[in-house]
Amino acid sequence: MDILKAMEERILFCDGGMGSLLQAEGLKPGELPGTWNVTHPEVLVEIHRRYLEAGADIVTTNTFGVDGLKYNERAGFLVEETVAAAICNARKAIRLAGKEAFVALDIGPTGKLLKPLGDLGFEDAVRLFGQVASVGARNGADLVLIETMSDSYEAKAAVLGARESCDLPIFVTVTFDEKGKLLTGGSPASVVAMLEGLGVDALGVNCGLGPIQLKPIVKEILDLASVPVIVNPNAGLPRSENGRTVYDIDADEFAREMLEIVRMGAKVAGGCCGTTPDHIKKMTRLCRGEKPVPVRPKGRTFISSFARAVEIGADPVIIGERINPTGKAKFKQALRDHNLEYILQEGVAQLDKGAHVLDVNVGLPEIDEPSMMEEVVKELQSIIDLPLQIDTSSPEAMERAMRVYNGKPLINSVNGKEESMRVVFPLVKKYGGVVVALALDEDGIPERPDGRVAIARKIYRTAREYGIGPENILIDALCLTISSDSKGAVTTLETVRRVRDELGGKTILGVSNISFGLPVRENINGTFFTMALQNGLNAAIINPGSDVMMRAYHSYRALTGLDDRCGDYIRAYAEEAARRKAAGAAASGVSGRKEGLGPAQTVTVHPLSEAGGKEATDKKGGQSLAASIERGLREQAACAVRELLKSRDSMDIINREMIPALDRVGKGFEAGTIFLPQLLMSAEAAKAAFEIVREQMQGSGHEQEKKGTIILATVKGDIHDIGKNIVKVLLENYGYDVLDLGKDVPPEKIVDTAVEKKVPLVGLSALMTTTVPSMEETIRQLRQKAPWVRVMVGGAVLTREYADSMGADRYCKDAMASVNYAEEIF
Amino acid sequence: MGRMADLMEPMEEWMRTGERFPWDEGEILRYLGYGRQKPEENVAELIRQCERELEDMAAPKACWREFPMAIREHVVDMTCLQTTSKSLERNLKDCERILLFGATLGSRVDVLLQRYGRLQMSKAVVLEAASVTMLESWCDWKNELLRREFQEKGWYMRPRFSPGYGDFPLECQRGVDRALELGKRIGVTLTDSLLMVPSKSVTAVMGLSRKPRACTVHGCEACGKKDCQYRR
Repeated sequence: MDILKAMEERILFCDGGMGSLLQAEGLKPGELPGTWNVTHPEVLVEIHRRYLEAGADIVTTNTFGVDGLKYNERAGFLVEETVAAAICNARKAIRLAGKEAFVALDIGPTGKLLKPLGDLGFEDAVRLFGQVASVGARNGADLVLIETMSDSYEAKAAVLGARESCDLPIFVTVTFDEKGKLLTGGSPASVVAMLEGLGVDALGVNCGLGPIQLKPIVKEILDLASVPVIVNPNAGLPRSENGRTVYDIDADEFAREMLEIVRMGAKVAGGCCGTTPDHIKKMTRLCRGEKPVPVRPKGRTFISSFARAVEIGADPVIIGERINPTGKAKFKQALRDHNLEYILQEGVAQLDKGAHVLDVNVGLPEIDEPSMMEEVVKELQSIIDLPLQIDTSSPEAMERAMRVYNGKPLINSVNGKEESMRVVFPLVKKYGGVVVALALDEDGIPERPDGRVAIARKIYRTAREYGIGPENILIDALCLTISSDSKGAVTTLETVRRVRDELGGKTILGVSNISFGLPVRENINGTFFTMALQNGLNAAIINPGSDVMMRAYHSYRALTGLDDRCGDYIRAYAEEAARRKAAGAAASGVSGRKEGLGPAQTVTVHPLSEAGGKEATDKKGGQSLAASIERGLREQAACAVRELLKSRDSMDIINREMIPALDRVGKGFEAGTIFLPQLLMSAEAAKAAFEIVREQMQGSGHEQEKKGTIILATVKGDIHDIGKNIVKVLLENYGYDVLDLGKDVPPEKIVDTAVEKKVPLVGLSALMTTTVPSMEETIRQLRQKAPWVRVMVGGAVLTREYADSMGADRYCKDAMASVNYAEEIF
Repeated sequence: MGRMADLMEPMEEWMRTGERFPWDEGEILRYLGYGRQKPEENVAELIRQCERELEDMAAPKACWREFPMAIREHVVDMTCLQTTSKSLERNLKDCERILLFGATLGSRVDVLLQRYGRLQMSKAVVLEAASVTMLESWCDWKNELLRREFQEKGWYMRPRFSPGYGDFPLECQRGVDRALELGKRIGVTLTDSLLMVPSKSVTAVMGLSRKPRACTVHGCEACGKKDCQYRR
């Protein structure tokens, strides 16, 4: 019988713990448990049989942790034979028990954290899991059970690996801690969103906690999930007694708790660590007669990142629009220069301004958009926990971004054209996502709401044919500027309202298009935004840095009862209120305003137009710039340099003000009177000033000469790059072009880059004694293939003697030392 | 031990409410190289910001397991792993049992470190110092709880000693990882080069003895690396 059918008819029971039973049979700590499938088949058959006789319907193979990383030639056991033996043992037990049961191919975590946090690549993980799944399917497993996942990214890799190498049903259980979080931060909502998006057949929880602690988490999952829910808890909470692990509840209590969980709606029930055939027996006896609670589709719209879920519903969602080159010369330049920091900075700025989701559009004709899209998505999700909206018209870019995305993304966009739906819907089906659907088709954008609503209907209908429900579609009612069509806004608003009222659908708008071509656009945008929200708009693509839009958003929520006791509103404007109060008091002469209270204050510089003549003014301006750099005040430094540029030459400012200021800070650092944070703050202030000078020079057709190119890299095996990043900041300050190859960089890549770009100086960093050999190897290869290169090295474990013995040209004890060495060489 | 007593209540309060962690600001400044000097006002502000962000993002977790141990012919046998190390041998003198211990601040702290490592290095170095301080204080607290627990049963717990301290080989990380099941229990994994991920993680061993030791040396003073720049 098909397990998915069986699940509709009755509660299915999983087996319980395996590890402790194997230990009782003699498995030693540290020994690979999977090897026992081959070396002790009789023990495995017996354990499976006992679980089957206790009432289990699903036998889980002893393949937890079996993957090519640990099972290979070196270990003496291959994945192929281990998995085959494991399934064979399970099948044999089923025959012996003489009952119908399902064999679940167990897939556990690799024990590695995925990049960028750890050192296992996402596609490598997909391959490892895929291998196990394909062997399992070939040997007759009935389903794949991916379990004990505590990182959503690894869970996604496992699901994709299994999906792409077999047709078996896929069940996934994850492990939450006592706060209801995955170890990498995910919540029940973010996990359910991602796994349902990936199309798993059942999902749930295992390990980590006992049934009592799991109940609230299970309740939350049941409220969210539209697929059957699995619950395999530990036998309570563990504690150590005389060196042995014991659990705080017994088999009877476990069974009683599981009965409640089944009554709450779980469709598959079993056990994990500490549970034995006795637990399963008592549980199945108690729960056997329970009628399964039917699974109801929830129809809620969720997107997620690795750590956050965002529901798109009654409470409006702000999607930050700033990561988009359209109309932004600087952004375009950043894309051409591969300046990812610029893009990441836009992301963090929008996070700070209150965006819930970030739109990501990196389309520019002259760049490789699919590669850039993949890279930017990876980078953004490694530093920001907001869900992303993948915004591209390139199907390849869309797929690559969706594949590496850690969660369930928003996708921008599909439209009513057959061609568009044929390309986009299969991607949504495979990887999961909520897709923005533009109300236009082959005939263009309908002028009247009737036409747009009709297209929305067609999109919903077609999506259904691909197995995509309406909850995963956001209709974009489209904004045409009122400057060319005076009825534009009315049509949009009417469409938004009708999608909500007639189709029960959800909507999204790129709000600011409405005012294109008009002066003081915020006036129109802010009002239109409020009107759209009032007509049912669920998500808005806006600039969260726009004060007018955020005022409309906060006010709307406060006015419509979405903001409990106006708490968010008050928090958002408390500072402004305080500032106004203080300003009012100051104006009436009661008290002075404190220095540095608000942003307006921090950007003021000394007025330069006072009496004293031009020379005095310049001098004062120079002092102000130098002082701002020395004190590490970014905004002041930027303002000061802008003022100076009005009267002085760029190179003169750099050479007579900025460089001397940096030198003073550097000397202070070397003398021990200035410390690292201050040194870096000065460098950051100088960088802000440099950028303004550079813009000015580009504007006047001059290009600032770089002093030379330096490669920086943290060596292979090392994933800590703080030291390297410090050095980078300072070298850039001193006018060097730094090629930052990142961390965990193979020697070959460093050598190839040095050869290709004819780079005279390479800086290598290693933090650990275990990674120093790769530094040595990198130097060896550089000497061989790029003999002109000078090598400077640094890092926590290095010493001068060590560096000398490796053949490095210079040991740099800190960042200033590397600047000094660079200054010697260039 | 004065600081330890002061730490207990505020730490429990933090674990309950998640609001204010009992920061050892002197320690943060020491990591930043300030010694006993006061930081500039903007650096002090940066420290405050980092503290708040860490309070939001840190999810400290610990796990431990107890094993019988013995030292024979300079081989320290911890049941689940064996090694030779003079400094460890000294640390474990008179011990009959051993606790293997692992702790972490969780991976979201690494996300913060990466963020500022890309965008604002001044904040990244302060965050680095603050997160190390947080992890050490939290481990001190957790270890003190364990020390008290074992003392009631008549065992004296030695201060924690980590692979990589003195001549305790870093390679022992693998054995500790396997014995503790770090990945499954607290989400700590090892890279091929034996780095722990998340980066703000600790493993250590603590000996259990029936005999008290008059003077327990721990922290920097227990480590043989005399040329370490962070040595107290």
